[in-house]
Amino acid sequence: MKESVYSICGMCTVRCPIKVDVEDGVVKWIEGNPNDPGMAGRLCAKGSAGLAMLYDYERPQHPMIREGKRGEGNWKKATWDEALDYIANKLQDIIKKHGAKAIALSDRGGPFRDIHRSFLRAIGSPNYYNHDCTCARNVQHAALSLFGSGRKTFNYDYGNCKHLVLYGRNVFESLRVKQANIIMDMLDRGGKITYIDPRAAGTAMKATRYWSIRPGTDYALNLGIIHTVLRDKLYDAEFVNQWVLGLKELESFVIPYTPEWAAEETGIPANEIVEFANEIAAARPAVIFHPGWMMARYSDSFYSVRTNYILNALMGAFETPGGLFFQKGPGDVGAKGLKSLLDTIPKPEDKRVDGCGWKHKHFDAGPGLLQLLYPAIVSEDPYPVKAYIAFRHDPLLSLPDPDAQKEAFDKLDLVVAIDANYSETGWYADVLLPSATYLEKSSVLTTGKGLKPQFGMRKQAVEPRNDAKADWWIFKSLAERLGAGEYFKFKDMEEFWEWQLEDTGITVSDLEKKGSVALTDKPVWWNRMKDLKFKTPSKKIEFVSSRLAASDIESFKPYESPKKPDEGYYRLAFGRSPVHTHGRTQNNPVLSEIMPENQLWLNDEEAAKLGVANGDRVRVTSADGSHSGTINVYVTEFIHPESVFMVHGFGRKVPWQTRGYNKGLGDYRFETGLLGVYDPVGGANSLMECFVKVEKAE
Amino acid sequence: MSKYYIYQDAKRCIGCFSCESHCKTKNNLPIGPRLSQIIPVGPKKLNNLPRMSYVFMPCFHCQEPWCVAACPTGAMQKRPKDGIVFVDDTLCVGCKACITACPWGTPQWNPETGKAVKCDYCMDRVDQGLEPACVTKCITKCLHFGDPAKKSQSKRDRHAKKVADFE
Repeated sequence: MKESVYSICGMCTVRCPIKVDVEDGVVKWIEGNPNDPGMAGRLCAKGSAGLAMLYDYERPQHPMIREGKRGEGNWKKATWDEALDYIANKLQDIIKKHGAKAIALSDRGGPFRDIHRSFLRAIGSPNYYNHDCTCARNVQHAALSLFGSGRKTFNYDYGNCKHLVLYGRNVFESLRVKQANIIMDMLDRGGKITYIDPRAAGTAMKATRYWSIRPGTDYALNLGIIHTVLRDKLYDAEFVNQWVLGLKELESFVIPYTPEWAAEETGIPANEIVEFANEIAAARPAVIFHPGWMMARYSDSFYSVRTNYILNALMGAFETPGGLFFQKGPGDVGAKGLKSLLDTIPKPEDKRVDGCGWKHKHFDAGPGLLQLLYPAIVSEDPYPVKAYIAFRHDPLLSLPDPDAQKEAFDKLDLVVAIDANYSETGWYADVLLPSATYLEKSSVLTTGKGLKPQFGMRKQAVEPRNDAKADWWIFKSLAERLGAGEYFKFKDMEEFWEWQLEDTGITVSDLEKKGSVALTDKPVWWNRMKDLKFKTPSKKIEFVSSRLAASDIESFKPYESPKKPDEGYYRLAFGRSPVHTHGRTQNNPVLSEIMPENQLWLNDEEAAKLGVANGDRVRVTSADGSHSGTINVYVTEFIHPESVFMVHGFGRKVPWQTRGYNKGLGDYRFETGLLGVYDPVGGANSLMECFVKVEKAE
Repeated sequence: MSKYYIYQDAKRCIGCFSCESHCKTKNNLPIGPRLSQIIPVGPKKLNNLPRMSYVFMPCFHCQEPWCVAACPTGAMQKRPKDGIVFVDDTLCVGCKACITACPWGTPQWNPETGKAVKCDYCMDRVDQGLEPACVTKCITKCLHFGDPAKKSQSKRDRHAKKVADFE
């Protein structure tokens, strides 16, 4: 029997709409959902390789309980009843001794969180985390400080943009399928891209301007640009007068930061900065200074991102074609939203163990900051945490310094990993539960905000292979065992969908027809001079932030120059390849064939000093000397001499992943001593405050 | 030359290797054979900007395919109706003569079947009125499948727009 199922991809966090063709219970073909004009079949390498993931035998196949020491790889195969009972018994003991607040859970964010967040809340723990301390926390907090709402308030109208400015936002390699295509159309129509990155990544190859900036000096560049824009009155005065609070303060702050000063700091010539400022002014308001996504980079990334947003405001680039637009939700088009299970469960009274939202008022309480969980586990301050559940999240390869993390894990009574892949964290867990892949499960319905808000559906295409189970079933089963089953009465996802849709007038079969249902026919634009909904106390864009002031934090931070590496040392940068999703696909049969291992990018003049030629093996050693490994070197003029670079996610240590095992090196292992180093205002880890020694391997 | 052709619009190609993954999964191939491949060349500096070339290498489906001439069993064939060059799996004995003969390195070795395998423009899809997997799912639609004459026309059109002088 042949059928096509409309669903949502799960190979990365973009979650593209897909069509899955199934023949007699076997997936034969996956393509971008043709009902979505932006997709029209398009799919990335990872999207097609979902098929290879599904049918790979090197994925967790049945529940496993640890027998030897943590990380030793000595596992006992278990039934689901055995594994879930084991977890529930341990959790009950912990709850009895320390309360439910002693249980922490982390995921990787996204629109499918309702069931597992509800699980944690229903058992009574406030300690929900996601991966965002290694991702967009600085962006989130920068947005909150200016607009009173988070980064997802806005999306970007790339198609009509005249000048797109990207600070390491590597749009042609850290791919979003629809976006990459629209940006290519924009270039075809004569639009410009300025790409700023110490390394000429894939996006630089298509950019109309490329600046190889000195690593860690984005903030200096922005101050120089803002200085020029204000000095030469290049900004959108009408928009700024209407919506901005604190222009004068900004003006006096940037006086010392001339383009000549910025040139010294960044290595970008002053005349080019001035020329650029004039170019963007000519293109405004159809200008986007992308605030970035993964901005867990430096200890001042919050301020560099914040100045990106400020430049957007100065360009008047809000709610205008070619700029940033407010994402509209169901309520904005007179429609009713989906129901959320989380909203039906009372919030636990305990405070978060990481202090977010109470001790650290400027840090958003929502997903907290995972790096702050580790010291809390070790010190038991403000209270003990004894269990940690990692759901499709692998902190041992995304947060810095796995050894330091393991020291904290060793104080826990229970570590559980729930994943469709083997992960470094799963390998160190006490119980590993195999969750179904996105092709084998249905998930909660999603709300897609945008110019045309819509609901979307991830629908199971085939039965789970081996003994994998859908995550909703795993969390429901655990909740039932812990006496919180009253909230999880639904029989399956279909029943849950019907409940989610109850108020909307839309049915499950409406969604099944094309995979999504739009809540309005026409894109919704608000009047940009009258109707913008900023959520700050002043209802304006607060250059001088009341939110920051409440925590005694300055809105404009005087610039501090980043450290230059010592002789023979380099700042270690990492990033994405278009064929791998962070650390999740290195063992995928199709993707590992295209890119089996990473290499170290090294500046050609530096390579000459080290006596290293392209393709040589080099030894990389962490700053404290505790971690070392060898890797093939890629010698190029297209990386800044202070930087070396490797694609993230390699150097894997799970022996059951034969294709990824020990291939290349993992940046995260060199980030020794950095687990507790983060942007004090933005909260994200400072992953690039990392120096490594490079020498020719013997 | 087959009546079809895959035109790669280098300007739009971002080197995302998606075509390779689409090909691999559509043809259900094990690790080893790569029927189409992107070979990145560069980067080089062009007008002071870094530029990369991503060369797309499927089969060119030659007019007089050397692989067909070299094949001793008749497994390697040129389809009369449209010139698509393909391997009839049931006739291939795995002698690798086609791999030796092809100047472009097109025929690949399938270690699971012990036979040669090559790009056939996804002819099962073509016969259903569809396009090859690599073209269908190309992110930027830089790959185009169809009539070579039409493609040269579209290149001319674009060049004309670029150099047009309205004085």
